Amino acid sequence: MTEREDSAHISVRGLTMAYGARVIQHDLSFDVRRGDIFVIMGGSGCGKSTLLKHMLGLIPPAAGDILYNGESFVRAQPSEQEAMRRCWGITYQSGGLFSAMTLGENVALPLQLYTSYREEEIDDIVAYKLALVGLGGFQAYYPSEISGGMRKRAALARAIALEPEILFFDEPSAGLDPISSRLLDDLIVQLQESTGATVVMVTHELPSIFAIATNSVFLDAETHTMIDYGDPRQLREHSTHTVVRQFLTRSASGDAVATEDRQ
Amino acid sequence: MTNTPAGFNLVDHSDQQAVLQLSGDWVQGCAAADMGKLAAALEGRSSGELVVDGTALGRWDSTLMAFLLQCHAYCRQEQLAFSARALPEGATKLLALATAVDTHQPPRETPAPLTTHLNPLRWLALARDRVGESLAFIGELSLALARLVTGRSNTRFVDFRHFCYQAGPDAFAIISLTSVLVGMILAYLGAVQLQQFGAGLFVANLVTIGMLREMGVLMTAVVMAGRTGAAYAAQLGTMQTNEEIDAITTMGISPMEFLVLPRILALIVTMPLLTLYADLLGIIGGGLVAGGMGITPLQYISQSELSIKISHLSVGLIKSVVFAILIAVAGCRAGINSGRSSAAVGQAATEAVVTAIVYLIIADAAINIIFQQIKF
Repeated sequence: MTEREDSAHISVRGLTMAYGARVIQHDLSFDVRRGDIFVIMGGSGCGKSTLLKHMLGLIPPAAGDILYNGESFVRAQPSEQEAMRRCWGITYQSGGLFSAMTLGENVALPLQLYTSYREEEIDDIVAYKLALVGLGGFQAYYPSEISGGMRKRAALARAIALEPEILFFDEPSAGLDPISSRLLDDLIVQLQESTGATVVMVTHELPSIFAIATNSVFLDAETHTMIDYGDPRQLREHSTHTVVRQFLTRSASGDAVATEDRQ
Repeated sequence: MTNTPAGFNLVDHSDQQAVLQLSGDWVQGCAAADMGKLAAALEGRSSGELVVDGTALGRWDSTLMAFLLQCHAYCRQEQLAFSARALPEGATKLLALATAVDTHQPPRETPAPLTTHLNPLRWLALARDRVGESLAFIGELSLALARLVTGRSNTRFVDFRHFCYQAGPDAFAIISLTSVLVGMILAYLGAVQLQQFGAGLFVANLVTIGMLREMGVLMTAVVMAGRTGAAYAAQLGTMQTNEEIDAITTMGISPMEFLVLPRILALIVTMPLLTLYADLLGIIGGGLVAGGMGITPLQYISQSELSIKISHLSVGLIKSVVFAILIAVAGCRAGINSGRSSAAVGQAATEAVVTAIVYLIIADAAINIIFQQIKF
């Protein structure tokens, strides 16, 4: 893995996202390096989650391309796309855990579907994955029986079940208290460090952004394109765009973006 | 890439220390991760230290990590000290992360013995609870209705109109299809018997009375139970899942007035109308079959007209109101009492349809017996 340490793991090239005639964002081009913790940020309604859905292949782009390891995802055959998806772990905004299955069954499902492990081995691995996220022993619980923070961690355990190369997070700390949110951030960093996976996350939690992000892209709701790209700590001080500095310093100037953020 | 076979070797250094040497590629498909074997080898050590040595370790994945985690748990249980050396950096970090939080011990629930499940008294108690729940629901509903009549209720007319539309005009197509076919079925059924006596013309009477008193309202009710009753259960169940019902309750609004009443009233209004429509289409359907048997439309219509009596019509309409209440109550009750998961919503919808249909058939039989007794 080390020889490609600095190469682009994910490249977005000239991406335009549109719902019908309504353009959400246009001309997005950026790279996510291998091993990055990459944050997609921007005010509410600027298309952050939409961008993530494009990267996940849930919505086809209006124009442009998304490349994984230099290979186009958009133009790939369905079977190739399926193979690429196999290398991803995804947690959704509200967890996306199957409510009719216990946590153990939730984590075991991808292992049963895509690996040749035997049943007993799967049980052991499920125990290990749940222990990784601090939920050891919770195999028999249903998602409705545990707290929101635990659900997020359980979703993470399911996302890392197949040892993915890329982890996608949609607002991982939304709805969590500062401590849980901090613990989740730490967990993401520790998992990233020990597995070397690339992490892509959508968030507008400033503490998270500064604590863990190594690179970021800022989507602007007004001009409908990305206006900044780089380490968020650098952007906070040196961005040439007022809106980016305002966003990152949480300063209100009475404009629409700031008002919306305070909700 | 071929795998070097994975394995482990337990070496005793002293009384106090045993070294577990890992070798080969610990990846998916290797058969080495056998905790039972290790536990057997470690048996009898009550104190001391287990050192995991990864010097000869090749490639590794979750298989290794799951095994190490089990070793760690075993050592903890047997009060052995656990340490690791020369493990790959990633594995060390992951192991530290996985062992950072103690394993949760779920509270032990002793399963009830079989005798409790088979105890008839327990069944009675369960049945009493269910009946009690239903009575409580009907009681609350009556209170809500009383508040509506006295004008103090929070029921919104907009909701009522919306549900009327859903339960009425939206159901026309399916009701049309089923009633025409039921009318035809009745006519065929009667024709075969009546023609033996040369009384083919009386098919008209049979279809008309059959549709008015029985089949029109029953088929409409069954369709509405599947269509609207299940929809009510699913809507309310989803609202329960989304905490909307909690929100309504904490706003000081009674869910009974706000959610249940408009649905029940909508069904009470639309069911009799749909029943009339179904009756009409059923008679037309019967007429098509009668036409095929050589009865002229004029004969069929005049014969039908003769057999229509206010009492037949009102039996059907009374039934339709009773059925409407039963379907709506079964649907809303299942929805309101639904659990908070997607599976629970599905269960609620199933329960709504099944209970509604059971209620319908029991009520239909009861009403028929009563009207038979009073010769209505």
